[in-house]
Amino acid sequence: METFINVTVDLFNGFLTTLELFALTLLFALPIGLVLSFCSMSKFKPLSGLVKIFIWIIRGTPLMLQLIVVFYGPGLIFGWNGLDRFPAALIAFVINYSCYFSEIYRGGIESISKGQYEAGQVLGMTKTQIFFKVILLQVIKRIVPPMSNEIITLVKDTSLARTIAVYEIIWAGQVYIKRSGLIWPLFYTGAFYLIFNGLLTILFRLIEKKLDYFRS
Amino acid sequence: MSVLQVKNIKKSFGSTEVLKGIDFSLEKGEVLSIIGSSGSGKTTLLRCLNFLEFADEGTISVNGEKIYDGSVKRRMKEAEIRKNRLHFGLVFQNFNLFPQYNVLKNVMLAPRLIKADTDENIKENALKLIERVGLTDKIESYPCELSGGQQQRVAIARALAMNPDILCFDEPTSALDPELTGEVLKVIKGLKTGDSTMIVVTHEMGFAREVSDKIIFMADGIIEEEGSPDDIFNRPKSEKMKAFLSKSFENIG
Repeated sequence: METFINVTVDLFNGFLTTLELFALTLLFALPIGLVLSFCSMSKFKPLSGLVKIFIWIIRGTPLMLQLIVVFYGPGLIFGWNGLDRFPAALIAFVINYSCYFSEIYRGGIESISKGQYEAGQVLGMTKTQIFFKVILLQVIKRIVPPMSNEIITLVKDTSLARTIAVYEIIWAGQVYIKRSGLIWPLFYTGAFYLIFNGLLTILFRLIEKKLDYFRS
Repeated sequence: MSVLQVKNIKKSFGSTEVLKGIDFSLEKGEVLSIIGSSGSGKTTLLRCLNFLEFADEGTISVNGEKIYDGSVKRRMKEAEIRKNRLHFGLVFQNFNLFPQYNVLKNVMLAPRLIKADTDENIKENALKLIERVGLTDKIESYPCELSGGQQQRVAIARALAMNPDILCFDEPTSALDPELTGEVLKVIKGLKTGDSTMIVVTHEMGFAREVSDKIIFMADGIIEEEGSPDDIFNRPKSEKMKAFLSKSFENIG
C-alpha cells in the first residue's frame, strides 16, 4: 500500500510535466500554426515557398530528431549556451505541432467555398470581417475531427521529451523497473494517458455536438 | 439621368476575351434581363458590376457618378471598392447564405457590421424584408433547414438589406428544382412593384418576357440584340437570336 502511494505521487509529479508540456505546446502552436497557414497560402511566392519547405522538413523528420537538434544544436553548432531541457523540449514541440496544425488549418480554410467570401464581399464587408464573422466558425467546425486526432497524439508524444532527459511520467514509472523490479507502475502510467485522453475525447465530442446545429 | 450607365466593358481571362465591349444603360425602377447561351459572358458582366472581377476597359457610372474606369491603371483601394460595391447587390446562383447564422442574422449581419443604422432599425428593416419574401415563420431557422427556394428568398432579403441602387441576380433559379423556381420568380416579380432597379441573368424565358422592361441578348461577349420583350421575342432580328429562341422554346416543348 505504501508503495502504491509512493508510485502514485511520483507518477503525478511526472504527469505534471507532461501536462505542462502539453498545455504550453497547445497555447503557442495553435496560434503560430494559424500564422503559418496564412503564410503558406500567401500570394507572395517567396514567403509561401519558404514556409512550405519548412513544413516539409518538420513533418518529414522525426520529432525525436528535432528534440535532439533543438537541445544540442545551439551549443554544438554555434557555441551558444544551450537551452535548459524543458524549454528546449517545448520549443521543439511548438515548432513541430505548429506545422501539423497549419496544414490542418490550411485544409479547413481552403475547403470553404469561394461563394462565402464573395457573398461577404458584395455585402460590403471587409476582409477581416469576412474571415472572423463568416469563415472562421465554418473552418473550426471542419477541423475539429482532425484537430482532436492531432491533440490526442500530442498527449502521447510528450513522452518523447525524455529523449533529452525531461523527467515525465513514463520515466517516473520506469524508474521502478530498475529500482524495485516492478512492472505495474509502467502500466499505471498508461492509465493516466487513457483517462486524460478519454476526457479530451469527451470534450471534442461536446464541441462537435455544439457545432452540429449548422451544415456547411 | 440613368441609374446605371455601362460603357465599353471589356474583360479577358488569359487569352480568352469574355466581354468584348458591352454598353447599356438602365433607368430607375427598370428591370433588365440578360439572356444568352452559357459562356456568352452574362455572369462575367454581373461580376464586373459587383467588382468580383475588374473590367480591363470601360467605365461604370451610377447616378451620373463614374465609379469605375478601366483605363485608370492604379489599383482601387479596398475601402473604395467596398463603397462602390454597395451601389450593387448580388443574388448568387448557389444562394451562398452564411450557414452558421439563422435567417434573421443572415439578413442583419452585413448592415450591423457596416453600422448602416441603429441596431433597432436594422432589425425592424430585416423583419420587413423577410416578410416581403414570405418567410416570417422561418426567422429562427438555419439555412440547412430550408429548401433551396426558401434559401434563395433569404438571399434576396439579405441583398435588399443593404439597400442597393441596383440589384443583380445571377441565374437565381438555376440551382433549384423546377417546382421551386416559381416561388423565387414570384418574389423577384414582387420587387418590381417597388422601385428596385434590377438586372436579372436568367434562362427563364417566360419570366424574362413577363417581368422585364428591357432585354439584352448576349452572344460571344457582345450584345447581339437589345430591346423590349416584345421586340426580342416576337420580332428577333439577328440570326443568333432566332436560333437561341427556337432552341429555348424547343426545350419547353
